[in-house]
Amino acid sequence: MGKIVSFMTRTRAGKGQMDWTDWLTYGYLCMGILLMFGPVVWLVLSSFKTEADLQRFPPRLLPYAQETVEVEGYDEPLALFDIVGGDHEGRKLALIRRVGLVAQMIDPAAPDERLRVNVADWQPIERVSLAVENYTLLFERFNFLRFLWNSTFITVMATAIMLLVNSMAAFALSKYKFRGRTTVLILVIGTLMIPQTVVLVPLFLITRELGMLNSLWGVIIPGAATPTGVFLLRQYMITIPDEILDAARMDKASEWKIFWRIILPLSAPAIAVLAILAIMWRWNDFLWPLIVLSETENFTLQLALNSFQGEMSTQWSNLLAMTVLTLLPIALVFMFLQKYIATGIASTGGK
Amino acid sequence: MYSTVAPVMRIIEIPFAFVQSRLGIQRLAWLFLAPNLILFGVFAFLPIILNFLYALTGGDQVLLNDRPFVGGANFQSLANCENVFDPNSCERDLFWRAIWNSVWFVVLQVGLMVGFSLLTALVLNRDIRARGFFRGVFFFPVLLSPVVVALIWKWILQRNGLLNAGLEVMGYERVLWLLDRHWAFAWSVFLSVWAHMGFYTLILLAGLQAIPRDVYEAALMDRASPWRTFRKITLPLLAPTMLVVLVLALIKGVQTFDEIYAFTGGGPGSATTFIIQYIYQTGFAGAPRLFGLAAAASILLALVLALLTAVQLWANRRNVDG
Amino acid sequence: MKHKILATTAFAAVFSAGALSASAQEIRIMCTSDGAECEVLDELTTRFEADHPGVDVVMDVVPYQAVLESLPVQLAAGTGPDLAMVTDLGGLNPYYLDLAPYVDRDYWESSFGDVLGWYRASPDDDGIYGLHMLLTITGAYINRTLFEQAGVEVPGPDASWDDWAEASRAVAEATDTTFPMAMDRSGHRIAGPAISYGAKIFDEDGEPILVDDAFTAYVQKFVDWHEDGTMARDVWAGQGGDSYRDAAQEFINGELVYYYSGSWQTGRFDEQIGDFFDWQVVGSPCGEGGCTGMPGGSGLVGFKQTKHPEIVAALMDYLAQQEIYAEFSGRTRNIPAHRAVASAGADYEGASEPAATALKTWGAQVGRVSPIAFAYQGYRNNRAMFNITVQRATQAVVGELTVEEAMERAEADLAAVLAETK
Repeated sequence: MGKIVSFMTRTRAGKGQMDWTDWLTYGYLCMGILLMFGPVVWLVLSSFKTEADLQRFPPRLLPYAQETVEVEGYDEPLALFDIVGGDHEGRKLALIRRVGLVAQMIDPAAPDERLRVNVADWQPIERVSLAVENYTLLFERFNFLRFLWNSTFITVMATAIMLLVNSMAAFALSKYKFRGRTTVLILVIGTLMIPQTVVLVPLFLITRELGMLNSLWGVIIPGAATPTGVFLLRQYMITIPDEILDAARMDKASEWKIFWRIILPLSAPAIAVLAILAIMWRWNDFLWPLIVLSETENFTLQLALNSFQGEMSTQWSNLLAMTVLTLLPIALVFMFLQKYIATGIASTGGK
Repeated sequence: MYSTVAPVMRIIEIPFAFVQSRLGIQRLAWLFLAPNLILFGVFAFLPIILNFLYALTGGDQVLLNDRPFVGGANFQSLANCENVFDPNSCERDLFWRAIWNSVWFVVLQVGLMVGFSLLTALVLNRDIRARGFFRGVFFFPVLLSPVVVALIWKWILQRNGLLNAGLEVMGYERVLWLLDRHWAFAWSVFLSVWAHMGFYTLILLAGLQAIPRDVYEAALMDRASPWRTFRKITLPLLAPTMLVVLVLALIKGVQTFDEIYAFTGGGPGSATTFIIQYIYQTGFAGAPRLFGLAAAASILLALVLALLTAVQLWANRRNVDG
Repeated sequence: MKHKILATTAFAAVFSAGALSASAQEIRIMCTSDGAECEVLDELTTRFEADHPGVDVVMDVVPYQAVLESLPVQLAAGTGPDLAMVTDLGGLNPYYLDLAPYVDRDYWESSFGDVLGWYRASPDDDGIYGLHMLLTITGAYINRTLFEQAGVEVPGPDASWDDWAEASRAVAEATDTTFPMAMDRSGHRIAGPAISYGAKIFDEDGEPILVDDAFTAYVQKFVDWHEDGTMARDVWAGQGGDSYRDAAQEFINGELVYYYSGSWQTGRFDEQIGDFFDWQVVGSPCGEGGCTGMPGGSGLVGFKQTKHPEIVAALMDYLAQQEIYAEFSGRTRNIPAHRAVASAGADYEGASEPAATALKTWGAQVGRVSPIAFAYQGYRNNRAMFNITVQRATQAVVGELTVEEAMERAEADLAAVLAETK
């Protein structure tokens, strides 16, 4: 215990004392955990609740389910209740059926005698239990691996293409002086102004002309040209000193080699950030794939999961489980890449 | 990783080496730009140009050839207002409601976003324990899809949600957060800051870490107060990064759509209907689809954004050229 | 060695699959549903495939949004599926394949009658375009148990909206229930009550007007009910634009006394309410315009751009046969639009007692549909009119506009729509 305290209270100066700014800092960080992580944890917990439990107010932290009991003569397990009033007070009874305000119940120990109980007198017996059926129901209904593969393929290809193409452009825009550079830069920033949502129809028509409808490439290629990436990488590459390039040129390194052996590694932190963003954009994309892909075998995970959403109904239990399912892979990717961002920033930042 | 990429890079090097030997280094830039420009040309500029043409046509046909030319009628219809500050006096009242909603939203959202990401970046830049973990914590929401973000908060804010449960425990009345126009708007701002703050924090953090240590050590020698150090050293040196953050936050702020659409649907009424939702509903989701009107609105939007960006870049022109 | 065998088999499989699809005539159906519709349809088409060697019917189950938003753009661009389950019946008419040359007109006319008109471009069009797979009708459900607990008498079949509002309020008060009434946030849902109130929707020449005194009067009532807490604000005021929101969850949880929705909720309520409380279908309240709900539903249509029109037509004709159609209606728990099936009564095999009663009640409601409601459902711009209603009525509910202003706006919106779609 003492170790933990000393670990927690160790400060930057290593004097073993927290000054007030440290308290503030940690206070802020703890609030950050609560505010940033809390909602997501709540979502995951909720996704394991039954529909009935989800609608409970006030909500409970852990998922509960009603206790049931198998009784001879009944096909389905019966729900158990504590009786807290009336003639049968204190007994544990199983529900057969309920008509209006009166329920027919039996004692599982003596299944022959049917008892009448007022519904005001009962209290369901519950225990903590994960409603895994929210998830299994989704798996039963479709070919999960196929959609996972489509989503992964689109995400990986689009990210790779985008990183390469954007970093090349950013390199040209940050390290060369040529006529038309400002124009190109303005055009790039200009395309930032119009989001994809706004040009869906023209974009769809172009994609059709290129014969990319109903193909995964129709999702990958149009998404690869993002101005944000060029803009971000360029701003980062500007800060790389020109002397490094000049030195390499002295050594007769070709420009391409300078780009990929020097500039790319030095831009790693920015590229890592962009990679995470690109993965997230492609993985979470919904509207554009919805228009381009109309045949089930090409569907992404997001599309497939949403095809349970009919015109008229939304059901929280399935919706929450679906959400957690699509969130999982991206959380894994993040855990993996986040190390790279951290080290990348640390290694370039210190100098 | 390296060994798989290396052969690919060597193949790409061949055309580059060729061009470099023929045309020289400076013109090589165009070759570096080419793939990106081609993609941009086809999938960004061309749609925008087509969008211009759509803006000049009317009707509900999808194909440009089938659409009657109407000139500036769509723009006129959008701008037909007795008083632009009162949407009720306009022919397209919903457009102007969306505009003013967006203006307020952007002002609040960008302000809070930049403020909080700077604060968070400064905190994360201190010598703290488990910095990687905390960085992850603040960045995490950026990864969530807009629909998920909306869903999480809708789930917490609903009538029987976590927040109302908390209020009741503390002895307060429940609040119907998303049924009150002001609350719904405030939560929209909150939600969008919550979801995107991590991204800007990360950029600012990178900027902070690029500031050389010795500058701070000099300040420490001079016994400058922390506030003074922040104002005289940190802020000026952070200015180029701040510019990136401001430009991006502003543009993205104006373009806010998915998460709020999934969160409130633009309601109650039109209290959280922003400009992109208006365009989307007019041109794509609505019935009939008025592509022309939507395209005209999007062009007005792009012009305003371009103007704002130009002003920002001009005001910071020292820093852009790097 | 093992790898090699695997590789060869895989290669052979890919190769033969390729060869097969080259010779097979592939038909794609875009389907979306709230219940088991797509599954059952898939099974039925599999039987069709057995009778037609070489035909491969592929079912693409898509999000509803795809049918609503992407499909029209795809069709306009000349792409898209061969068939689809659609809800915008009249709006997509330009792309429909006319089945008349391929099928027995008399059979279709006598079986589906006026419903065929919903798919037509205009009254003088006599094409056969759509197979109405599921007929829906709007109307109300009540939580019977709450009425019993409160000791309030359930209003009779001729009760007006005011009677119901009063009874629901009394029940909610006595039982401490959160919401007396709720109505789905949809222009389609509010249309039935407005017509019951006397709204004409169309003028004498059949041109749409949407707003008249009776319509305004109903909207005013509707807004007042939101103000005094009779209607659940969460449903209409909780959303913006023309997005849809229902109150099924509130009803299932027993938080709602009177829920105006439609027949499609029956299966869901049966499954999810179970023994929790007794519920009952009470149809639509009455007014001077009758006691009408809005009919609706979705239908299967074929598209002109298909490469195999004769197969598309054969498939639709197959599904339209009485036996097959009856099986579909029965298994998906829907009201049949096919006359013979309806008069024989669809066989809702395995449905619980409350569900079977509910479906029977819904079937009987079809006879109360007013001709105006019927015409409204078949009007090609009705989706635009529904959207306008939702948008503007919501603004009145949340107080952005007064009812008069909202109705003026609605009229202007409609005029603009008509001008654009001439």
